[in-house]
Amino acid sequence: MTLASSVTASEQPITKGPVMEVREIFKRFPGVVACNNISLQFLPGEVHAVVGENGAGKSTLMKIMAGAYIADSGELILQGQTVSFSHPQEAQLKGVSIIYQEFNLLPERTVAQNIFLGREPGKYGALDYAELNRKAVKVLKEVEGDQMISPTAMCNTLSVAEQQIVEIAKAISFDSKVLIMDEPTASLTTIEVRLLTDLINKLKQRGMAIIFISHRLREVFDIAEKISVLKDGELMGTLLTKDTNPSEVVTLMVGRELDHYFPPLGSPEDFGEVVLRVKNGGNDFLKDINFELRKGEVLCVAGLQGSGRTELAQALFGVVPFKTGSIEVNGKIKNVKRPPDAIRQKMGFVTEDRKAEGILPKQPIRDNILLTVRTLQPLLGFIYKDGVRKTRTLVPDLAKQVDLRADTFDREAQFLSGGNQQKVVLSKWLSSDAKIFIFDEPTRGIDVEAKASIHDMIRGLTKQGIAVLMISSELPEVLGMSDRILVMRDGRIAGELPAKSSEQDIMLVATGHQVDQKTSGKNQAGKE
Amino acid sequence: MTTTTASENWFKRMTKSNKVPPVYFFLVVIFLVTGILDQILSDGQMFTNPAIMLNIIVRSVALGIVAVGQTLVLIGASIDLSVAYTISITAVMSSYIMQGDPAKVPFALVGVVVIGIVIGLTNGLIITKLKVNPFIATLGVSLIIKGIINATFSNYTGSVPQTFEFFGYGTIGPIPVSILILLLIVTIGWFILARTKFGAHLYGVGGNSEVARLSGVRTDRVLIGAHVLCSVSAVLSGIFLVSLMRSGAPWVGPNGVYDLNSIATAVIGGTALSGGKGGVWGTLAGVLIFGVLATAFNQLGVNPYMKNILQGVIIVLAVASYTVRSKKEAL
Repeated sequence: MTLASSVTASEQPITKGPVMEVREIFKRFPGVVACNNISLQFLPGEVHAVVGENGAGKSTLMKIMAGAYIADSGELILQGQTVSFSHPQEAQLKGVSIIYQEFNLLPERTVAQNIFLGREPGKYGALDYAELNRKAVKVLKEVEGDQMISPTAMCNTLSVAEQQIVEIAKAISFDSKVLIMDEPTASLTTIEVRLLTDLINKLKQRGMAIIFISHRLREVFDIAEKISVLKDGELMGTLLTKDTNPSEVVTLMVGRELDHYFPPLGSPEDFGEVVLRVKNGGNDFLKDINFELRKGEVLCVAGLQGSGRTELAQALFGVVPFKTGSIEVNGKIKNVKRPPDAIRQKMGFVTEDRKAEGILPKQPIRDNILLTVRTLQPLLGFIYKDGVRKTRTLVPDLAKQVDLRADTFDREAQFLSGGNQQKVVLSKWLSSDAKIFIFDEPTRGIDVEAKASIHDMIRGLTKQGIAVLMISSELPEVLGMSDRILVMRDGRIAGELPAKSSEQDIMLVATGHQVDQKTSGKNQAGKE
Repeated sequence: MTTTTASENWFKRMTKSNKVPPVYFFLVVIFLVTGILDQILSDGQMFTNPAIMLNIIVRSVALGIVAVGQTLVLIGASIDLSVAYTISITAVMSSYIMQGDPAKVPFALVGVVVIGIVIGLTNGLIITKLKVNPFIATLGVSLIIKGIINATFSNYTGSVPQTFEFFGYGTIGPIPVSILILLLIVTIGWFILARTKFGAHLYGVGGNSEVARLSGVRTDRVLIGAHVLCSVSAVLSGIFLVSLMRSGAPWVGPNGVYDLNSIATAVIGGTALSGGKGGVWGTLAGVLIFGVLATAFNQLGVNPYMKNILQGVIIVLAVASYTVRSKKEAL
């Protein structure tokens, strides 16, 4: 059926109408208009990218289209008919499915159970397991070919990449007319992105309309035919990919040119003595870690997902400590086996997972900021509303320093935007007078403008003589920020690169390309 | 992806493949240890007298039935603290309606099942629609039922006809009817969880409600359904108890601590309080562990408070062993 419709569609391209349309969609959340009268059309067999900063309203619009939210006003039109979804199930039944940004798998259930959750085969409420697994095999084969994940494997035994494959399998198993992908590539490696691209092309040929949301403009330009830009809940415009370029899209996204995206790099006179030195560090994840960090510099750690970047940060901060080797702080060997040891050595750790490890979402801003400094107070000492005994106005001082914009410090941290939450985390460590800052993905999931201010802040820290170790998976950020670059691979430091290296250089070291060349050379020699 | 190496022994394979819940290992150990103590310190009937073995199971029937229902709501990441008073209201209402007359049995049964459905619906609707924490919601409903019972009945009320005692005391051949009832209920519970869409959805709701909702599961309906089933299981438990006692008393539920014990046995059996994980066969083992302990302490004539202490130790040990196991798996 889908085949037939796609054939007629390609024979008569002029009469090809939109498979789905949104008209004047309006949605307000407390304090913010997420979608302000947005109208868009999605054609069959077309990949339509929707881009915008965080909080631009992309995800809200997609959730409305998928029935997860209900719009305050406006119309959804599916194949010429006005529809309204009060539950995601209704959208699915009518042929609109969505892959969400976060993993949506149940760890204690099997692959097949996850793929067909809510749509299990069987009559009269009974569940036909044989049929369930057969269907799962069919859809997994479509994604992966013959070397597929077992449909009866428990999801908590799968790797991140395998979980993503299950997500993709789940989405395509709907056999829907409209497929929405909300940041599907956020946690994928290059190879997996290619797999996804191939799949998208396959689905396109079936006449599916694909809506692709991504922060990575390069992928958007590779995959999409049309790009719609949202900003602050409004549609800024829809562009044809072939007629535009990334800088035009970015200009629409942020409403300004991105000239001053990164602050200037440090100059040699800024760099002081070595404050942190790791010798032969190793644990279950890391091997032969040797590096130095100087006062006043930003040292970036690059590498692919799973190369050991986060593990390195955790080892330095004593979360999962080194088992072998030594850590020297200011030239003296220190024992860092637990986070309090690291805090005593004046280290601060801004974690990757802000929600889980960085802030206490239900606590007010002020208590979040004072969390660390209060732990350094005597056990039975007084605590002060806005500070500690030495400085009672710590909270407003720090908020000013990091440019934290909040109407009141009593606001619960969960209501702040991602960028402001990150500033709260930053002030927390500033309050403890940290001299060595470890940032793990400091700008993940933060919009462009807040990113720039975080970057400025990090550079500002180094001007005060603080040493910064920054982990990032965004190469432009690594290149724009670092005075030196460490590249990790398989739990080791694979190489050190100077500032202003190229993206290619980093990727070559990160993927161990030299090694590949050697082996492929051998193979060729063998053939001859 | 889930290949097992040959070096792993049969025990690991059996437990890892989830075919046999690991709690059965505990059950066997506890039975052997108490049995050996019985041999040494008492008349040794636990191993030699089949009637004692049967008695272990018969003692477990009332708790077992309601624990199956409790397992369902726990898997849905909810909890039901109102089962004890649901049992009480069933016991008093059924014997009050029957008044010893066999002709009134069908009315009584329909009546108490309707009461159970109403209680389950109330719990489920308060939790899903008013979004009250399940602990508080069912505690509140529990107090309401308690108030209604205490305002209406103060002592044994009515009686059940002789024929009705068949459930509690009858046998088919050598096997007590009560054991067959327990097995039937556990099997129904297993079928619901493992072989129906409702069961699959319930695991989804408990595992991650938002994931389930976005996958198209009607999460509210599923959770309400689980609460109705749980209350009905408490009703069945109450019917069974009244057939044992011949007359309903308002204190039968709370005296048996069916609310906390049903939660404890389910958790011992491997059902996670956080939801999304577990099953009724594990719960059955948890219930039998309690049964073995009760019987063993009777045999040994030990201070009954000792039983509570040991039950407490076993709950903690069992749950600790699960978290240690899952941590090992994670690494």
